[in-house]
Amino acid sequence: MKYIPSVGMEVHAQLLTNSKMFCGCPTHFGESPNTNVCPICLGLPGTLPVPNKRAIEHVIRTSLALNCTIAPTALFYRKNYFYPDLTKGYQISQYGEEHPIGTLGWLEIVVNGERKRIHIRRVHLEEDTGKLFHFVPGESEVDYNRCGMPLMEIVTDFPPDIHSGEEAKEYLVQLRAILTYLGVCDGKMEEGSLRCEPNISVAPEGSDTLGVKTELKNLNSFRSVVRGIDFEAQRQSEVLESGGRIAQETRGWNDEGFSFPMRSKEGEQDYRYFPEPDIVPVVIDEAWIESLRATLPELPLAKWERYQKEFGLSAYDSGVLTADYETARFFEACVTHKADPKSACNWITGELAAKLNADNKRIDQTPFTPAHVADLLSLIQNNTITSRIAKDVFAEAYQNGRMPSEIVQSQGLTQIADETALRSMAQKVIGENPDIVEKLRSGKEGVMGFLVGQVMKESKGRANPQRVQEILREEILT
Amino acid sequence: MELHTLTAHELSRKLRAREISALELTEAVLAHIERVEPAIQAYITPTPELAREQAKQAQARIDQGDPSPLLGIPVALKDNMCTEGVKTTCGSQILHNFVPPYNATVYRKLQEAGAVLVGKTNLDEFAMGSSTENSGFFTSRNPHDTERVPGGSSGGSTAAVAAHETILALGSDTGGSIRQPASFCGVVGMKPTYGRVSRYGLVAYASSLDQIGPITKDVRDCALLMNAISGEDPNDSTCVQLPVPDFTDALVDDVKGMRLGVPKEFFAQGVQPEVVTSVRSAIDKLAAAGAEVMEVSLPTAEYGLPIYYILAPAEASSNLARYDGTRYGLREGFEEGHIRMMEKTRAKGFGNEVLQRVMIGTYALSAGYYDAFYLKAQQARTLLRRDFERAFEQCDALVCPTSPTPAFKIGELADDPLAMKLADVLTIPVNLAGLPGISVPCAPVNGLPVGLQIIAKPFDEATALRVAYAWEQMQG
Repeated sequence: MKYIPSVGMEVHAQLLTNSKMFCGCPTHFGESPNTNVCPICLGLPGTLPVPNKRAIEHVIRTSLALNCTIAPTALFYRKNYFYPDLTKGYQISQYGEEHPIGTLGWLEIVVNGERKRIHIRRVHLEEDTGKLFHFVPGESEVDYNRCGMPLMEIVTDFPPDIHSGEEAKEYLVQLRAILTYLGVCDGKMEEGSLRCEPNISVAPEGSDTLGVKTELKNLNSFRSVVRGIDFEAQRQSEVLESGGRIAQETRGWNDEGFSFPMRSKEGEQDYRYFPEPDIVPVVIDEAWIESLRATLPELPLAKWERYQKEFGLSAYDSGVLTADYETARFFEACVTHKADPKSACNWITGELAAKLNADNKRIDQTPFTPAHVADLLSLIQNNTITSRIAKDVFAEAYQNGRMPSEIVQSQGLTQIADETALRSMAQKVIGENPDIVEKLRSGKEGVMGFLVGQVMKESKGRANPQRVQEILREEILT
Repeated sequence: MELHTLTAHELSRKLRAREISALELTEAVLAHIERVEPAIQAYITPTPELAREQAKQAQARIDQGDPSPLLGIPVALKDNMCTEGVKTTCGSQILHNFVPPYNATVYRKLQEAGAVLVGKTNLDEFAMGSSTENSGFFTSRNPHDTERVPGGSSGGSTAAVAAHETILALGSDTGGSIRQPASFCGVVGMKPTYGRVSRYGLVAYASSLDQIGPITKDVRDCALLMNAISGEDPNDSTCVQLPVPDFTDALVDDVKGMRLGVPKEFFAQGVQPEVVTSVRSAIDKLAAAGAEVMEVSLPTAEYGLPIYYILAPAEASSNLARYDGTRYGLREGFEEGHIRMMEKTRAKGFGNEVLQRVMIGTYALSAGYYDAFYLKAQQARTLLRRDFERAFEQCDALVCPTSPTPAFKIGELADDPLAMKLADVLTIPVNLAGLPGISVPCAPVNGLPVGLQIIAKPFDEATALRVAYAWEQMQG
């Protein structure tokens, strides 16, 4: 029997704010344990939470970008449970169908060249908990630095629109792009600032009910999302095929390629939700919504289409450029500086991307700017430098931020236009390599590359290889 | 001259006139505490050294001509308000060793006003109770009869003011915890409008009802203390951004033309006849002074107690979840794993009344019961609030008894929890509606104080103070 998977996506995005959700503690990471805390996020007796306006605005903007309805009044609730990483004995979150900030929206993904709408059920705001560490068996230590960090939860609607690991990944790619475009989350899955917990079920093809679902944790890359979901769907299909039943449970993903049971979800815990009396309802009026709507940038999918139409880029290249807001912004700035869009795209997705990748840097973290790209491209285009030299010039400009034309000028790297000079270099190479020259004469075209290379070396890369080949041919064959 | 028997406004005049020094005043109060504390037991933690230090600083400010009316005036805080470096127990064994690293907003404001902290007062554990008998440490005594309770939960603060162990005090009032003990101890106690005074640093019992307020010897002191503690606070989003009037402007000794409503339900529900007589006579005198008195009805008020005993425990069950032995306070059973540690810590650290309310509240919020209890109680609360709104369409303030009886004997109601809870039946509706209410002494019954309660519209504490002041002046 063929089984069709259905996937619900629950995504937690750590919001980019200066301070925590309900207190003034900074949000940066990497402090020594329990130092980035205050009486409020530690939940000391008598303290009260005051919601972070910026965090609320981030969620409103995200909800707008996801075509959600914005609640006129957003309410916070208390989710009550006991755990040592929870300082108040409850987590402040949003709950219910009416009062999350955003409800019932959608985003579009492209699968097999076609647009598909993924429906969103809710976009809400909550606080993060502390973190437990188990260094010694039987002992636990707790760090409350993360306590009270603002988190946005985005949940897809039911019944699910997503039916494969690939679709789930596309959803996540689009969502991540939107979040980075809005500047509400840095989208780093490896560091946990964007966390994805899909729930997966399978049902026989043609069935109109869904199967028992499992929730999958520990997916910290796009690749693990695809693999994890596909594995889980396959596993469930095999269990059902062999007459077994699926246990409702939370499972962990191991990057070696399998999922394992973590805890049962049968008999749901009662969180005793009730409206948080310490926070007055947040009234979100039209004026506030409109002022935030005005700050929304062009969204990734729209950009993706425009790049293809306006610049004639391929769907793939447009996808690479638009997946990340800073990259798209960088590219557009290159175009503004009159760089040829296609060449700019090639440099950004080629040389520059490779360098950034090797250095583990973001595109806005080096002194190499769109102005540098435009300058470099114009040097190549008007034959001032060769593409060989261009790579060296790029490497230097990337390091120290000097303008390519300035580097070329001061180091005399311009292409050698002087025919006599080129010809004498060619003659020198011919004189030094009589055997090779003989081979060429006897029709072995393959050796031409070597001779051109030697002349290029002689010219320190400043010769035009096309012209060098022509000159060599003239010198040797006529 | 017995300095400790005077009021804050009298003492402030003497301080400013250099008749006395702030240290002299503080020493007088500290000496009196030494004398009477064994009999009264108002304080969990007296703070004599801190008081002397603050008195010296206050004197320096007086010498510089600082006009703050509370400069150098001794004040006591109920031990559920956080004081940096000074133990804050909430009357609970679970916080027996808790020293806050920060100050409650009210304490910060009092420090800015130059008041002198003489100690932290006893209370029913986590403010749950009406007698201080639920304190995790000891029961305080009523200065008018030490066989009797001072009321609660702010019984330590009211006993301290009544016994002149402080000049001013702050209490907190969730269902009557300032007004009822003020009534029992024969002092003035005001619960401000919900949102008038910051709750930041007040250890929460029931967050939607808790409010800090003054406990004083007379109405003028009450107004002065209201001036010092009221107003918005960036640390408390439920604290309202409204301008704060000078409450002493309300002390005009004139009730002519004021419309006073007498809620008939507040004279029926088991209110002791002698208490009715005392309060009626006060109302008659206010009428004689020119107030227009009319009967009004609050039909939902009879549900006040059941509404309260669902909502308050529900919030408490959540508010008290943080006392689990992980971070501060009592810790039991650490070696048995975190679940056993939490269970053992809470079982040992909380007294019976607290455990009972936590269980009731947990039940009321549970899946399958939430709609029938918590939600229903919230809806009834809205109806009760509307009752008051309708009554205030006809009148400026409501007048009634504060508590159905005078102070009862220690242990008298120990086996009758319902009777104990009825002590708050006339004050609870005011918390549920979020209104300001004040209790001022009226004619005693059998030598025991009785309180006249005046209830006003939201953020109209001034009107309650005006009626209270006029009544106080009539008694001479």
